[in-house]
Parts: sequence; C-alpha cells; structure tokens
Amino acid sequence: MESAGPVGAQRQQLNLKKKNRMIKQSWLTATTAAVAMLSMTHANAQSSMAPDLGKLTATAGVIQVEGVSGGGLVPWATITGYGSRDSYGANVHYTYVGTQDYQLSSYGVAVGIADRVELSAAKQRFTGSLAPLNNLRIEQDIFGAKVKLAGDLVYDQDSWMPQIAAGVMYKRNNGIGGLGAVTSVKDLGAKSDSGIDYYLAATKLFLDQSLLVDLTVRATKANQMGILGFGGDKSDRYQAMLEGSVAYLLNRKVAIGAEYRMKPRNLASDNEKDYYDAFVAWFPTKNLSLTLAYVSLGDITIYNTKRQNGVYLSLQAGF
Amino acid sequence: MTMPTIPSLLSASVLALAMTSTIPVAAQQPVTALGAMPAADATLYNDLGGLEVLTKVVDDTLALALADDRIKDTFKNSDMKRVAKMITEQFCELSGGPCKYSGDPMKEVHQGLALSNMQFNALVEDLQMAMDKSNIPSRTQNKLLAMLAPMQRIIVTK
Repeated sequence: MESAGPVGAQRQQLNLKKKNRMIKQSWLTATTAAVAMLSMTHANAQSSMAPDLGKLTATAGVIQVEGVSGGGLVPWATITGYGSRDSYGANVHYTYVGTQDYQLSSYGVAVGIADRVELSAAKQRFTGSLAPLNNLRIEQDIFGAKVKLAGDLVYDQDSWMPQIAAGVMYKRNNGIGGLGAVTSVKDLGAKSDSGIDYYLAATKLFLDQSLLVDLTVRATKANQMGILGFGGDKSDRYQAMLEGSVAYLLNRKVAIGAEYRMKPRNLASDNEKDYYDAFVAWFPTKNLSLTLAYVSLGDITIYNTKRQNGVYLSLQAGF
Repeated sequence: MTMPTIPSLLSASVLALAMTSTIPVAAQQPVTALGAMPAADATLYNDLGGLEVLTKVVDDTLALALADDRIKDTFKNSDMKRVAKMITEQFCELSGGPCKYSGDPMKEVHQGLALSNMQFNALVEDLQMAMDKSNIPSRTQNKLLAMLAPMQRIIVTK
C-alpha cells in the first residue's frame, strides 16, 4: 500500500504538487491564448475580422459566478460578448463575494463565437476568515462550453419562444490549504475532486414589459458549486437543480433583479442551502459592466452554522 | 446519472418537436407591408407623445444614422425625406396612432441591401438615442422596440 507510511504520504504530496502545477500550466495556456486573441483583435481592428460589437447593450448578460454568461449565480441562455452572429466577442472578469466568515474570488476569460457558442475558463478561490478556518484556502478551475440551440432573446418579441441554450461546466477542485491534515475535498466526504455540470437554460426577454426571465435546469453533483467537491457520503447521484432569475431593465444601461439557485445536499458535513441574490447591473458601455448584489448563501459546513450573507461585486471588461 | 426511461425520453422529444414546430409558426404574425401588427389602441402612440414627437424622433434617428459609419452607406440611394415620412407613418400606425403606412412592404424595401444583424442593431441604437433626446421613458421606448424587433427576420438578409 503506497499511501501507508510517511514515504507514501510524501509521494502523494509530490503527486498533488505536480498535478497542481500541470493545472496551473494549462490554465496559463488558456489565459495566454485568450489574451493573444484579444491583442490580435486590436491589431486587426481595421480588418473585416474585427469584432463588430453588434449586439445591443446588456443583451449578452454578465459573467456569473462560475465564469459563464448569465446573471450573478445563474447561467443563462445568453452568449457572452457583443459579437453578432457574424462576429465574436470576449471578456475578462473579476468577481468578489464576501460574507461574514468567507470570501470567494473568481477571475476568468470568456469568448462568444457568432452569438452561438461560448467558451469560458475561470478560477475560483474560496477562503475563510474566522478561526479555526482563517487559513482555509480552496481553489477550483471551471471550464465551460455553451451552445445556443433555439430562439432569439431580442427578436422573438412576437412569440413566447425563449432563447434556449445547453451548456457544460467541467470543474476541477485543486485541493484544500490551511486546514492541516485535510488537503482534499475527499477528506470532507466528497466522492470526487472533479465533476461536470450539465445545464439547459431558457431566457426570455419580454421587451414590452422591460422584463427578463430565466429558467435553468442543472444536473450536478457539485457541493457548494464544487468548492467542497463532487458527490458525497449522503448521495453520489446527479440531481436536477432548478435555478431562475428575474430582471427589470430600468433603462438600457441598468438592470435590477433577483435570483434563486437550488442546491444538492450530498455531504453529511454540510447542510448545504439554496442560494439567493438581489442585484443591480450597470453597463456604462459595451466594453464594461459592473454588477453589485446582496447574496444569501446559507450556512456552509456544520462547523459554522451561521447563515452567510454578504456582498457580490463583479467587474467585466471586453467587447 | 440514472438513465431516463424510454417513454420519458420519447415524450420529451415529442414536446421539444412540438415546441420548435408550433410555437414560432403559431405566433409569427403575417408579414404585412407594415412589418408587424399595429397596437390595439392608441396608448403607446400617446405615451410616445403623438405625431409631433414621432416626427422629431424619426428625423433625429436618421440624422444619427447618416452620421453613423456602420450604416450611413446603406442610405446612399435613398430619398431621405421619403424614408423619414415612411418610418414616421409606420411608427405612428404601429403604436396605434391615426396614420396609415403608405410605403412598400418592409421585405421589399430592404431586399438587396444585404443588411447585417449588426447594422439592424445600429439603427436600433440610433433610434434609442433619438428617443432619449425626446425624453421618452425607457419602458415606453421598449414597447415600441418590441414591435419592431421581429422585423429583424425580414430586414437582415446578410
């Protein structure tokens, strides 16, 4: 048995380090590719390959907490970026969520192609600030792909047809730091440190009411979005979770709304709760958006039963 | 993941098929010369400010469009006075006002222009700025835009 004894443990540590380095490298490659693409677009700004910024302001949504186009917590059927069906768009984002005892920060890149396909990569970092979890650090990579299947958010104003998209998120938890012997989400009861979420989103803009409604169904095993791993001692099956958003367009640069996100309860060590938020999103230009929200995440793990509420702030820049 | 049963898969695909085939067809309005069905009453027309405001909005929109690098060339063979008159009539009739659109069918008017989706939206943005200039509230602007939006399907041919 390799894992028995200090040598085995050391080797495991080394393997984990090696794995983390590989993850970092692939993440770096993805980011570099995106940055290269961004600078290429600037170089070719005069050519026909230049991004057309052809979609209407705010109709691309914002980047949600897992790095894909949507609201704050919920992925929508929207394709990120302002490229029309003849073009493409891309953006970078930084998101910070701070509750009483935890912080979640996330950054990433997302690309929208022909207003049809979206690819995204994001890195989440979850930290604690209350002893004994004040050194807690959990990181996760999320790679997303989404394809628009039917309908058009803006133009289908004469029917009930929403814009419909299907997406996947591949999530890879990079392990736990600052918790002594606990170095993996598996030590907390998770069955796996990686997982795939599948979702189907229907987003309808009722333009004559200045109202946007989204309904998303997600099949997932993720605990706290994957921060606490995938599957658990209580359940290791895919479960369908309902998520939804409602937004009112105050004008074409400001939207206010609320969201709900249902969560599974796979871990005995975490009475995971559904998430809620109320948000305001501001789009000063097509190149910039700022989302501010109040989030309610419920209690996180049985070791801290305080309901975690706080602020959500997300800045997005792109085209 | 537990495998869905065959009947549930079947009913899901039948539902999906029914949705994609019936909803758009049943809901799609006849493509009239006007491009859409006019409002049932004059509420929107009055909210927009009536013919005086609509005339100004259309004039401002076209002035913006002629200064807009994305679309100014698409008007190079147009009689701008006539374009303004026709769009004003159209907005007036669509919003429930006492006008009758006397122009050619929307589809014919835009045929051969090879307008892109980006260009369609460019004119929408110019219209939004023009409505801002006339202090039309956002929710009223969106009611008019909701009537115009489906015209994308006949106007954008590129």
